[in-house]
Amino acid sequence: MAVQPEAIFVSRNLTKQYTMGEVTIHALRGVDLELYAGELVVLLGASGSGKSTLLNILGGLDAATGGDVRYRDLQLTGASDRVLTRFRRDHVGFVFQFYNLIPSLTARENIAVVTDIAPDPMTPEEALALVGLENRMDHFPAQLSGGEQQRVAIARAIAKRPAVLLCDEPTGALDSRTGIKVLEVIRHINETLGTTTAVITHNEVIGQMAHRVIRLSDGRVSEVHENSQRLSPAELHW
Amino acid sequence: MSPLTLKLWRDLRSFRGQVLAIAVVIATGVMIMILGAASLEAVSKAQQRFYDSHQFAQLFSHVSRAPEHLLPRIQAMDGVSQVESLLRTPVRMAVPGYDKPVRGLLLSLPDGQQPRLNRLHLREGSLPDRAQPYGVVLNEPFAEAHGLRSGDTLTAIIEGREQQLVVTGIGLSPEFIYQIGPADILPDYRDYGVLWMNRSTLARALDMQGAFNSLALTLQLGAVEQDVIAALDQLLEPYGTAGAFGRDDQVSHHFLTEEKKQLQVTATVLPAIFLGVSAFLLSVLMGRIVRTQRQQVAVLKAFGYANGSIVWHYAQFTLLVVVLGGLLGTVLGAWFADGLVALYAEYFRFPDLRYQFQPRLAVLAMAIAALAAMAGTGRALWQAVQQQPAEAMRPPAPERFSPGWLERSALARVISQPSRIILRNLTRHRTKAVLSILGIALSVGLLVLGSYQWASVKKLVDIQYRLIHTMDLHLSFTGPVPERALAELRSLPGVQYVEGYRSVPVRLVNGTRQYLTGIQGLEPEPQLRRLIDSQHQPVALPTEGMVMTHYLADYLGLAAGDSLEVQVMDGAQPRLTMTLARVIEEPVGVGVYLERRQLNRLLGEGPAINGAWLMVDGEDSTALFERLWQMPKVAAIGHIREAREKLTAYLDDTMLVFMGVLLLLAAASAFAVVFNNARIAFAERARELATLRVLGLSQREVGWVVMGEILLLTLLAIPVGWLLGVGFALLVAEALSTDMFRLPVIFTPQVFAFAALGVLLAALLSGLLMLRHLRRLDMVGALKTE
Ligand SMILES: Nc1ncnc2c1ncn2[C@@H]1O[C@H](COP(=O)(O)OP(=O)(O)OP(=O)(O)O)[C@@H](O)[C@H]1O
Ligand SMILES: [Mg+2]
Repeated sequence: MAVQPEAIFVSRNLTKQYTMGEVTIHALRGVDLELYAGELVVLLGASGSGKSTLLNILGGLDAATGGDVRYRDLQLTGASDRVLTRFRRDHVGFVFQFYNLIPSLTARENIAVVTDIAPDPMTPEEALALVGLENRMDHFPAQLSGGEQQRVAIARAIAKRPAVLLCDEPTGALDSRTGIKVLEVIRHINETLGTTTAVITHNEVIGQMAHRVIRLSDGRVSEVHENSQRLSPAELHW
Repeated sequence: MSPLTLKLWRDLRSFRGQVLAIAVVIATGVMIMILGAASLEAVSKAQQRFYDSHQFAQLFSHVSRAPEHLLPRIQAMDGVSQVESLLRTPVRMAVPGYDKPVRGLLLSLPDGQQPRLNRLHLREGSLPDRAQPYGVVLNEPFAEAHGLRSGDTLTAIIEGREQQLVVTGIGLSPEFIYQIGPADILPDYRDYGVLWMNRSTLARALDMQGAFNSLALTLQLGAVEQDVIAALDQLLEPYGTAGAFGRDDQVSHHFLTEEKKQLQVTATVLPAIFLGVSAFLLSVLMGRIVRTQRQQVAVLKAFGYANGSIVWHYAQFTLLVVVLGGLLGTVLGAWFADGLVALYAEYFRFPDLRYQFQPRLAVLAMAIAALAAMAGTGRALWQAVQQQPAEAMRPPAPERFSPGWLERSALARVISQPSRIILRNLTRHRTKAVLSILGIALSVGLLVLGSYQWASVKKLVDIQYRLIHTMDLHLSFTGPVPERALAELRSLPGVQYVEGYRSVPVRLVNGTRQYLTGIQGLEPEPQLRRLIDSQHQPVALPTEGMVMTHYLADYLGLAAGDSLEVQVMDGAQPRLTMTLARVIEEPVGVGVYLERRQLNRLLGEGPAINGAWLMVDGEDSTALFERLWQMPKVAAIGHIREAREKLTAYLDDTMLVFMGVLLLLAAASAFAVVFNNARIAFAERARELATLRVLGLSQREVGWVVMGEILLLTLLAIPVGWLLGVGFALLVAEALSTDMFRLPVIFTPQVFAFAALGVLLAALLSGLLMLRHLRRLDMVGALKTE
């Protein structure tokens, strides 16, 4: 990357501890990290290294125990629940590993849940078209395959044109062909909307489509690798 | 429609069984509240209208005989607004086509005119004019009971003289809105009636020209009733006053007041119980919904839904259930109200008793239901608020597991795998199990509440008639007669046993407390009118001192051994000091008893009686009645045995309808609770049950997991529910009890058996419905959704 764009997320010495009775688990032990506007980052790391914890804190889902994290001018650490809610509503789109669609709502309605409260959303139909599910709009989650459910979940996350898209193992439960489809959608959003995107995965191969790969181990950033050459998802194999 | 609204409707639909069930419980509470309040309002308003438009008196006084020229002096008394004198006398009547003697109360009308106080409301015909000396106006219920119309005739014995009467009109009086014979428990319109005739005729018959024996007064604004009573009693003392009394002691008014009090309880305590139960059910349902939708709540939060909108989303669910139940209750209430008012119109005779649907009542009832519901759902909503949005990122938390006592116990080895699943589920989810048991127990409690009054009232009637009033006939005489009259009665055809009594009106005074009643002088060991103790054993009268019921003793603040002042309101009006020898536990009434000869002595008379009880051999009483009819001293004949039969029939009919409705609602609620519980358990288990099926358990084995759990919970809940029911019953009895009466809370084994059976049936039915669900359980679907 020639010109260093603006760092929209900055974290300094970020820590997170879980106390369970007598034991204290240090999920994050001081993470220093920047995410730049418009970039696609892949987060890698062993199970339990703190990837999800980090993503949750960046997305305003969880509060850090110590340290500092800012989104542009907004101080996320120590922010009130109201401020975090506002932040999530206006800026962040989430894709969960377990889809987490609302079972009593159709694909279209699941997306409307988000577009209803967003300031500048696309229509649920547009969002579904982006993930290639325009003819599944009135299906309930139970009537969709796992990959289709995940694509609905992505459509739900991007429908509000978020500034930030956070995906926790979006392809974890999918076969490689479907997984690649899902990744294509993510990359498409990243390129066309300029959405800053972070993707957690266990799959090293996926790192090749990112601008940068950030590796976590034991609650710390252990390596940041910038791809000089990125592959398109279609070129990935696993 | 917004997607959350859509979700709301779909959730409501998928929980429709439970929603409906809870709505039924709410509807019951709302319905009872509306019915009670609407009836209360209808009765109160009709009463007020009738009192105002027909000048119901505020003070009453009965004397033996007082000269008419006292009236100006009474009129001039402090606080008196209007005064009217009249004559009233008990009569015996014979109605064509009815073979038994009828008791009546005959009152005078100013010749051909409406009285100024206690005016009559004519339904048909007219007042008797001067040309019809023996024309009478009949009280409507009495006329109806015998099918008497204007122009019909009947016979009366007035002061021993037989007289033909002609009906000129049929009407109502504010004095007899509730028409009940002296010493009767229930109104009996065939055997007791009130009628009015011209004063000049009645004066001639009673030899009371220029005199009166009854007064009606109204008071000036701000006058103190007690002061006027005292002044009036003093003035009338030489004329044999039985003591003036206000509306509170006027029979019809008193009954109306009691009835209104009961309606008030009906409109508050019962709905409170039902709404409380519904709040509990809602809290369980909402708690479980919020718990099963944890991930959904987390997702909504992750996407920026604020706590407020999530709380509102679930609150709407609750409110919709309330609105549904409220509307159902309102419709049912409006529907039953007409019937209830018609029932009231049978016992309380107003010119117009109208039921008006009051939207504000429905709104109020619903608001209260909503408050209760929100109170019940508060915890679930709080849990939704507490839900961390980060949850959405995590996989559904696996259930915590550790081998419980069950796995370690010997029991585990002998029971089948599905049974073990049941037990494990219950021991693992202890809070859930406890809540379920509590829910079912509540419904058992409702069933106990619905049926116990029935048993209590029957028991009461049984005590009253089998142990206390064992006579067949009750004769009251026009005045005291010598004791030897008993011999004559004994010789009448069909009479097996006779017992005389002497009764006299008194005012009992203890310090500032006083009570107007009558003392009954009885045989030392009365057989036909027994006195019983708390163990229902007969009590003998002491040779010294009086005996009274605990209601009265409590009211006067007396205990056995205390002394009190007795003001006799008859004859020479002696004022005596007597001791209370004993307090007895009669379930009803405010009786005061004394050994008869002792009473005779206190009254300064020889052995005398003014009434008698007869035991007769069943068959044919015609000959007996004929002889009694010819005895001039017999003022009235009461058919006690018949009253008992009628009361039993009344209980079996009217009460059964009342109780039946309550019971039906309790049963509906019971089913609602049990079904609700089963349905939730099923929804929560769908995944697990599907897994079991996938793993190869048979339909029947999995069915047993469902059914067995419901049955086990129900069995555990039954004893708890019995306790709750006893609590409810005590609560209602406490709320309904008055100074002078308390429905004994009596539980028969049938009540408990019935409640248990009812809820078991509900459990069985719910179980069967669940089995149907199970058969349709889509294994793949159940495993796919989170
Ligand atoms: N709610 C929690 N309570 C207690 N400990 C937690 C909680 N969430 C995470 N942890 C712990 O924090 C550490 C980091 O967890 P995190 O979920 O961030 O790991 P991860 O890198 O996402 O792992 P994976 O790749 O398996 O998803 C782990 O040791 C985990 O056990
Ligand atoms: Mg993770």
